[in-house]
Amino acid sequence: MAAVLAMVARGCGGVWRRLRQRCAVRPGSGPFPRGERAVACNARGGMMSAGKSGLTPWIPVVGLEIHAQISSNSKLFSGSQVQFAAPPNSLVSFFDASLPGTLPVLNRRCVEAAVMTGLALNCHINKKSLFDRKHYFYADLPAGYQITQQRVPIAVNGSLSYSLCIDNKMSQMVTKTVRIKQIQLEQDSGKSLHDDARSQTLVDLNRAGVGLMELVMEPDMCCGEEAAAAVRELQLILQTLGSSQAVMAEGQLRVDANVSVHHPGEPYGVRTEVKNINSIRFLAKAVDYEIQRQIEELGNGGTISNETRAFDSKLGCTVPMRDKEGKQDYRFMPEPNLPPLILYDAKSLPANMNHQQVINIDWIRERLPDLPSVKREKLVEQYGILPEHSFTLLNEDGLPEFFENVVKQTQMKPKKVIGWILNDLLSYLKQHSLTVKESPVSSFLLADLLNLLEKKEISSTAAKQVLATSLSAFPHTCKQARDLIALLLCYVEMLVTKWDGTEDAAVTEKNWCLQGF
Amino acid sequence: MLRSSLRQVSAALKEGRVTPTELCQRCLALIKSTKFLNAYITVTEETALKQAEESEKRRKRGQPLGILDGIPIAVKDNFNTAGIETTCASNMLKGYISPYNATVVQKLLDQGAVLLGKTNLDEFAMGSGSTDGVFGPVRNPWSYSKQYKEKSVPKSHSEDEEYNWVITGGSSGGSAAAVSSFTCFAALGSDTGGSTRNPAAHCGVVGLKPTYGLISRHGLIPLVNSMDVPGILTRCVDDAAVLLGSLAGHDPKDSTTIQDDFKPFELPDLPDVSKLSIGIPKEYHAPGLSSEILSLWSKAADLFKNAGAKVVEVSLPHTRYSIVCYHVLCTAEVASNMARFDGLEYGHRSDVKDSTESMYAATRREGFNDVVRGRILSGNYFLLKQNYEKYFVKAQKVRRLIANDFGKVFGSGVDILLTPTTLSDAVPYTEFIQEDNRTRSAQDDILTQAANMAGLPAINVPTALSERGLPVGLQFIGRSFQEKQLLTVAKWFEKQVQFPVIQLEEAERHDNGVFQHQKSASFS
Repeated sequence: MAAVLAMVARGCGGVWRRLRQRCAVRPGSGPFPRGERAVACNARGGMMSAGKSGLTPWIPVVGLEIHAQISSNSKLFSGSQVQFAAPPNSLVSFFDASLPGTLPVLNRRCVEAAVMTGLALNCHINKKSLFDRKHYFYADLPAGYQITQQRVPIAVNGSLSYSLCIDNKMSQMVTKTVRIKQIQLEQDSGKSLHDDARSQTLVDLNRAGVGLMELVMEPDMCCGEEAAAAVRELQLILQTLGSSQAVMAEGQLRVDANVSVHHPGEPYGVRTEVKNINSIRFLAKAVDYEIQRQIEELGNGGTISNETRAFDSKLGCTVPMRDKEGKQDYRFMPEPNLPPLILYDAKSLPANMNHQQVINIDWIRERLPDLPSVKREKLVEQYGILPEHSFTLLNEDGLPEFFENVVKQTQMKPKKVIGWILNDLLSYLKQHSLTVKESPVSSFLLADLLNLLEKKEISSTAAKQVLATSLSAFPHTCKQARDLIALLLCYVEMLVTKWDGTEDAAVTEKNWCLQGF
Repeated sequence: MLRSSLRQVSAALKEGRVTPTELCQRCLALIKSTKFLNAYITVTEETALKQAEESEKRRKRGQPLGILDGIPIAVKDNFNTAGIETTCASNMLKGYISPYNATVVQKLLDQGAVLLGKTNLDEFAMGSGSTDGVFGPVRNPWSYSKQYKEKSVPKSHSEDEEYNWVITGGSSGGSAAAVSSFTCFAALGSDTGGSTRNPAAHCGVVGLKPTYGLISRHGLIPLVNSMDVPGILTRCVDDAAVLLGSLAGHDPKDSTTIQDDFKPFELPDLPDVSKLSIGIPKEYHAPGLSSEILSLWSKAADLFKNAGAKVVEVSLPHTRYSIVCYHVLCTAEVASNMARFDGLEYGHRSDVKDSTESMYAATRREGFNDVVRGRILSGNYFLLKQNYEKYFVKAQKVRRLIANDFGKVFGSGVDILLTPTTLSDAVPYTEFIQEDNRTRSAQDDILTQAANMAGLPAINVPTALSERGLPVGLQFIGRSFQEKQLLTVAKWFEKQVQFPVIQLEEAERHDNGVFQHQKSASFS
């Protein structure tokens, strides 16, 4: 006898429930008004036996701790270069290796990146923040402590708005907000490579001392999909700001999820921390798995222990991590070698201060680029496209610009252009794992094609075929491809002109293809 | 020549009365014949001679790098020196060769100074005797002076000397002994709780602890980052001013240094103290203060009075908490600073290989002495989550109160504080080691420590010889960054007291030059 555990599909108010059938709908009796927190968190079909509290709902609580590597030329406290995948230990200064007598010198760029990020996340920027030492012994932490901001971080009390769709329907999007507790500057650690065969550990200190922003999100989320959507939006913001490249696969964005479940009206349950999540997709999976696991565990009369678990992406589950000697006491103390970090705004800026020496919050605020949410609004407003299309556009680096360039060069209505880009071009690129910047068809060429279509010089079918052929005639290099397609379009135009519509453009194009290539 | 001051020998170099190489050779020879002092851990004969040679070339070309060009100096072995062993007198760093120079070392070298070697200390500068280093204790040159020998009760000679030798104080005892025995013209020490001033007092030399932040700590292996200051040991106050001028100022590698440029200064030849207000803090009349020192202290106050200065008794009520407060803050930072010594990147590594953790443990057990390990242990205890507020935060608050005391006194119009530097003259080694390091440090730092808590500049000026024929010094404490005023007062006082020159057989043998510093009457 097995029951399927499922997430309440609609109006769940973040309430999960043990159910005996899939996707039962629990009417809007949750603590939140129906719809407002309606999230179609995909249920993961888990097997479990029917417990006593079979119908008691569970509220999952998800909070995130995110480490974003700051995009900077040099490390947080030393002049060493920051670079991914450099030869081991080639980017290590005396300070990074913690040679005795070396001292930290704060990198201005890292502070600016954190301020920028704080402002973009609606944080209060602390004009005075402090650095602390957090102690633990580990081979890739050469000093025996990490310099971080435990007492007074650089930014606090922010929020991040993100959107996600209901029932996987792009047309039904809801916007949610997660509070940002704080952003703190801290050092990254090195990397330990364990060679079990020869029972040795190799240490690479290239990453040791790289600047990180640790963003602590309040537990305002309730499922994997929310967590994933929040992180995706954060990623876009960081990339827009340029404060972090935020590529999860390269470890520039590391997400740990704190997960607990409790019954409505009861205090939060014991939480576990899930680590080792290296993509947004896995984040959703890991969180959902962990929620299910906890519900099952508790339903079976078990308890949840406050532990760290790792997500195993192959098995799709979380497993307890080898405990590092029980509970750590980090023995925090103020970092005595760094004076308090003082920031200024237009009001507090001393008149005789050298501008090179101070960081002016207002100056940074004035220069913030448009954030993804604003860009989306502008796209919707300016081009009349659907909001969900603006999300798809923003989701790809360079796609909004591509779209705008096409629009600029064609008479076709943006609403129609977006269809061509999203349905034809983007799906092809996705299929072939290409980025927009690698597209064999440039915005200029696509615009040309759409112009022909708009002037009714070629049919829609023909245009689709030209595009398909252009894309699939994808030769060795993009340059070659563009040249070819440019040629191709010229030819089509020529033919169109020559035969003046007497011959079906598609046929001509086909012939040309056969002849020319 | 060897017994002249830095400024005098620099003039001799300038005039060609001696060459840098000659000077260097003489110093090296004296180092050899005073080896029994154990003042140096490493003597860098080869590089020193090379540096002297370079200096000679510059001097011949008439392009010296300044007053320090060709001057032999020594550096405490807790400053990093590129290519030269830096040990901190610890097994942990025995054989450790640093790839870089401390900023202060670099500055000295850039100005042409000749580095003779690295001087002995207590392991990681933790101590007040220079007796607790892995290379053995430093012997006070005064133990072998005519003055001490004459006054100490004569017993059978050779055994006596072995039994009666006195400590240098510490932890910069090697540097103090080196300057005092004329093997170098100036030396760098470090001062966290009195580590420069205390041995300076016991060895009869000038010991300057500048304001925190005035001299870069980059490259100084830390004891307590928030109190450490590179210290200057010289034969006279003018020389200390010269060294200060060559070392002070902002260092981009040390974020705790002052931003403003430092303007080197010369002290007036005839300083005037008549317009000054000298504070005598009553709390420095501490239990255990020898009657000899007490009477010197009050005579010194009279000197100022007679010169027209205002002398006032002041109170620094929180000074008595300074030692316990220091104990908490010091051990906490020590616990943190020592965490890096795990045997992985550098330094000693144990052969124990059962696990990374056991390797760490064995490395640290083998690498550190009991004093260091004891401080690490207590420091970690104070930093535990449940203890942090109770000890560390409280100690920080007390530190603030101690600093405020000074602020109030200086705010009331007092310019300089006059205090003893030590409770008594130097004690024989055999007596000193009857008590453990912790008890000793607590006693010996009592008069010097508060200045570190408050970050204030302070200087020991050798004042007189005790009944036993050993040096006694007094301390002046000034306002933050008011080194010029502090040194001016110290120079005036130095002139008044005419502290006698150590009569050391070895030095006299090596020094055939003209000795200009002749003293007649001494202040006692």
